[in-house]
Amino acid sequence: MSSSRSNNRTWMIPGLGIALLVAIFLSPFASSNPDGLDRVSQDHKFVNKALKDTPAKKLPFYHLFNEYTLRGTPKPLATPLAGLAGTLVTFGLAWGVGKLVVRGQQSLPKDG
Amino acid sequence: MITGQMLDTILFYGSHLDIPTHLAMHIPDGFLSLPVSLVTWVIAISLIAFSLNRVNAGYQERTVPLMGVCAAFIFAAQMINFPIPGGTSGHLLGGTLAGVLLGPWAGSLVMAVVFIVQAVLFQDGGLTVLGANIVNMGLIGTFMGYYLYRTLRYSLGGDTWRAMSVSTVIAAWTSVFVASVVCALQLALSGTVPLPVALTAMAGWHVLIAIGEAFITLIAVGYIWRTRPDLLFDPPQRVLFSKDSE
Repeated sequence: MSSSRSNNRTWMIPGLGIALLVAIFLSPFASSNPDGLDRVSQDHKFVNKALKDTPAKKLPFYHLFNEYTLRGTPKPLATPLAGLAGTLVTFGLAWGVGKLVVRGQQSLPKDG
Repeated sequence: MITGQMLDTILFYGSHLDIPTHLAMHIPDGFLSLPVSLVTWVIAISLIAFSLNRVNAGYQERTVPLMGVCAAFIFAAQMINFPIPGGTSGHLLGGTLAGVLLGPWAGSLVMAVVFIVQAVLFQDGGLTVLGANIVNMGLIGTFMGYYLYRTLRYSLGGDTWRAMSVSTVIAAWTSVFVASVVCALQLALSGTVPLPVALTAMAGWHVLIAIGEAFITLIAVGYIWRTRPDLLFDPPQRVLFSKDSE
């Protein structure tokens, strides 16, 4: 396990790569049928209880993304680009949270 | 065959969102009452605070990149709605997956990040009900799903492909089913829809959606089990690379 440190990093590339491929290339093929709760709220007539002017629409990000579409881009690219951006932001944020929270022993040569 | 109700729905979505929504089990603002929102916020914040402590005390630095990759994959996978017979769709929730990979503590932090990004950046799931969404779609998987997985796996022998796969499938399926029941309870307690209606409708669809959850979770966990089993929170005692013929 002498190269355990580099091993621990190299698996990340396929891992993040798969996530990005899914977000970019599969997202346009996502089913547009209403999903679970959505369908139930339509069938049982409480869909209109959802606020239209939600707090999230008052955030600056609403000028950038309209749901999973990047504003100002051609329709076929809007969702893949939103997926790309969202996946990278999520990756960075979760990494950052981990980095801040995990106390870690940096000078440990072999990690168990 | 377009009924008046369907037309209302189409007009409602068409005029405000332009594209089909991908709410999944993401509760929008307005579906939950203030008390239900508050209680679920308290549960979410307590469990996240508890998780922060546990990750701080017990995790090593090697977990950090896996948290990033796991969060990225779950975010991406949640965008992919798969069709369900009957004109509905579903997508991965990922709580059980995060719990199996990272353990319940780091897994819960990862799920919270995913739902925060979705609500803040993409208006997916209401900000006022974010606590409920984190509990339902994240923490039920990372805690209940994970402990169900662990209990089953070790009672089935622990380190075999069969024990891992059976327990992953059952835990992932159960976490989504339970999440839909909890969501129905929250809707009913909020006075949004009567309990029997909410329960039958939510549980009815999610019996099927949960099969997709079990399938995707097994593919992801199985892939890591075969390629880098040492990354798992509960790695097999002996690292077995050639169990294909099981």
